[in-house]
Amino acid sequence: MNQSDFLKVVLPFKDKVFRLAKRLLVSTEEAEDATQELFYKLWKSKEKIADYNNVEAFAMTMTKNYCYDRLKSKQASNLTLVHSNYKEKETSLDKKVEYRDSVNQVHLLIENLPEQQKIIIQLRDIEQYDFDEICKMVDMKPTAVRVALSRARKTIREELIKKHNYGVS
Amino acid sequence: MELANIEKLVEKYLDATTTLQEETTLKNYFTGGNVAQHLQEYTYLFNYFVIAKDETFTKTLRLEPKKSKKKNFKWLSVAASVVLLLSVFVGKQQYNEYQQRKEAERIYAQVSKGLELLSKNLQKGETAVTTLYAYEKTINKILK
Repeated sequence: MNQSDFLKVVLPFKDKVFRLAKRLLVSTEEAEDATQELFYKLWKSKEKIADYNNVEAFAMTMTKNYCYDRLKSKQASNLTLVHSNYKEKETSLDKKVEYRDSVNQVHLLIENLPEQQKIIIQLRDIEQYDFDEICKMVDMKPTAVRVALSRARKTIREELIKKHNYGVS
Repeated sequence: MELANIEKLVEKYLDATTTLQEETTLKNYFTGGNVAQHLQEYTYLFNYFVIAKDETFTKTLRLEPKKSKKKNFKWLSVAASVVLLLSVFVGKQQYNEYQQRKEAERIYAQVSKGLELLSKNLQKGETAVTTLYAYEKTINKILK
């Protein structure tokens, strides 16, 4: 496997790896470093990659584990919250500000979820993997994944309603 | 999409039993505007999901090893041990030299002391001899 073959295999999911890393590590710089590191690791084990039938799932698992390790070892250091560059939408300014706040809120709510639920919501609701793939990536049983996902969705929804009503009254 | 159907899907969604297809339906409904008032909170959620998927990794991937800090530290420790070894070696030499010099100085002092003593005594003898000469001279004068 030469460099261009390798890139053909791995480039399609580099953004997914980056987004998962960012979901877990919060800061963009950390996530970029993690992505870089992971792809370097993948490149080093390129001989083995040929044997995997699902490199993407393997890469996502690696990302998850790598980020867990980073979080464990970086517990003490301060991570900064960097906002993602949200796309411009053609709504009025007031609406836009309010909208942006609420969308940001979702980001923060997801951030407050337990790590496992964070990963699952990232993989399912943002990256839209199917359940089989997610089970493989996080190494969990399908029922456990569903329970975690359901819990995460319900938590976010309840918090959103709470925040929304609070703002109104 | 009729509202009753959406409500049903939302229920399923919260129980995490929706399929990807059904979730796409929900996403389309909630991001399309025109959302029923009591389901407003889902707009934020689904809009966020769409936005979150737009983020990309913009840097270029390097496949060559980056000079990692770990490696540097390893070399640093090697360098440090070499320096330590060298300094111990040089220090030992310096110390030996110093010891030798001190020894030499001690010997020199002893020798010079001895020589001084010798010269002092010799001088004593010399003065004795000069007085003897003076004595002899006067005697010769008188005898002539």
